[in-house]
Amino acid sequence: MQSKVFSDATSALAGILRDNIVVMSGGFGLCGIPENLITALRDSNVKGLTVIGNNVGADNHGMWAVLANGQIKKVLASYVGENKILEQLYMNGGVEIEFNPQGTLAERIRAGGAGIPAFFTRTGYGTVIADGKETREFNGEHYVMETGLVADVALVKAWKGDTEGNLIYRKTARNFNPMMATAGKITIAEVEILVEPGELHPDQIHTPGIFVNRIFKGGNYVKHIERLTTRPHDNATGGNA
Amino acid sequence: MAWTRDEMAARAARELKDGFYVNLGVGIPTQVANLIPPGIKVTLHSENGMLGMGPFPYEDEVDPDLINAGKQTITELPQTSYFSSSDSFGMIRGGHINLSILGAMQVAENGDLANWMVPGKMIKGMGGAMDLVAGVPRVVVVMEHTEKGGASKFKQRCSLPLTGKGVIDLLITDLGVFEIDRKGGGVALIELATGVTLEEITAKTEATFSNRLK
Repeated sequence: MQSKVFSDATSALAGILRDNIVVMSGGFGLCGIPENLITALRDSNVKGLTVIGNNVGADNHGMWAVLANGQIKKVLASYVGENKILEQLYMNGGVEIEFNPQGTLAERIRAGGAGIPAFFTRTGYGTVIADGKETREFNGEHYVMETGLVADVALVKAWKGDTEGNLIYRKTARNFNPMMATAGKITIAEVEILVEPGELHPDQIHTPGIFVNRIFKGGNYVKHIERLTTRPHDNATGGNA
Repeated sequence: MAWTRDEMAARAARELKDGFYVNLGVGIPTQVANLIPPGIKVTLHSENGMLGMGPFPYEDEVDPDLINAGKQTITELPQTSYFSSSDSFGMIRGGHINLSILGAMQVAENGDLANWMVPGKMIKGMGGAMDLVAGVPRVVVVMEHTEKGGASKFKQRCSLPLTGKGVIDLLITDLGVFEIDRKGGGVALIELATGVTLEEITAKTEATFSNRLK
């Protein structure tokens, strides 16, 4: 069997990217985003992308770079604030945005990866989100039908991984990454630490390697913080609460 | 006279009960975290995938992999757990989170909530708000009673696009507290803010309500 391990983001994406494909990209805000893969996606210059993610980066960071490079046609997201270029493109029709409630987006991705074509949720009933969608009553409550999502390629970021593609995430950098790993026709994972099989405890693996087609050790992580918030030490000055 | 933002947060904190798992929205609701009554245990949920949110970090503790749903750096506690966004919203949608406290642009007497978009302005998205109000069994809204121009934000029907239909149980404003029957059974005024009269709150409220002041 061919190894899943690649040397870097560019080689891991080789032969996969084309114009007009659907790309999932993990992260919440800028936390847990696949930084190396996003940079390589921008450098590839493929166009007409549909991007599925909770956000589309933020000014000067993350998926913003791919957007600013004119590569994105459509976005599925739950929140797109702090992104001036997206605002301009949306207002002048340069990019289409499909807003999804955050939990609905997460569940659509989970469903897609688990082979579930659609499900019913109370979320969004009686709002514009339900417009044009099938609704049904179960036990006296109203539900909206939402469909599962899959992508041509899913880009995920984990903390540790092994050469089999098993992944472990760290703290709140987990967010959308585990579901997206399951919902890519091809899933590429970048990790901060890449180890040999046996070095990760099998009971502690979050994403089993079956979901991961390609893996590499990323470098130069910026991990930009959007809202640095601290508290002062007692009897000390400093901190910008 | 009316309640300050701190006093509104303090009133909202009285809705917390021992053992509750609670999700707090941005703005005034965030302040509730600092006002948990002594002697009760409350676990804070952050919808980006965390239960047991600790305080903001000291400068030398900041970790970019550890943020809350408002994208602020935070800390963990001994009881903290982390999970995926789908597990997180499973907790919300499945009714496991006991209480959600959030802000609003408009509230209606039938329990409808509008807090995510103003037509004609840039739409930033609803984030997790629609899931929270649809899934959490008890939803408390904290908001200013009127717009800057004086128009009532507590309305007969919301004019802005809805976040949820028939989802609110309690409304706390700077002028008072209302109980709302989300099944359409009406609204009752249950408390007045310090120095506010029944005449004043009646004059500033578009919604129809009954008087259950004690």
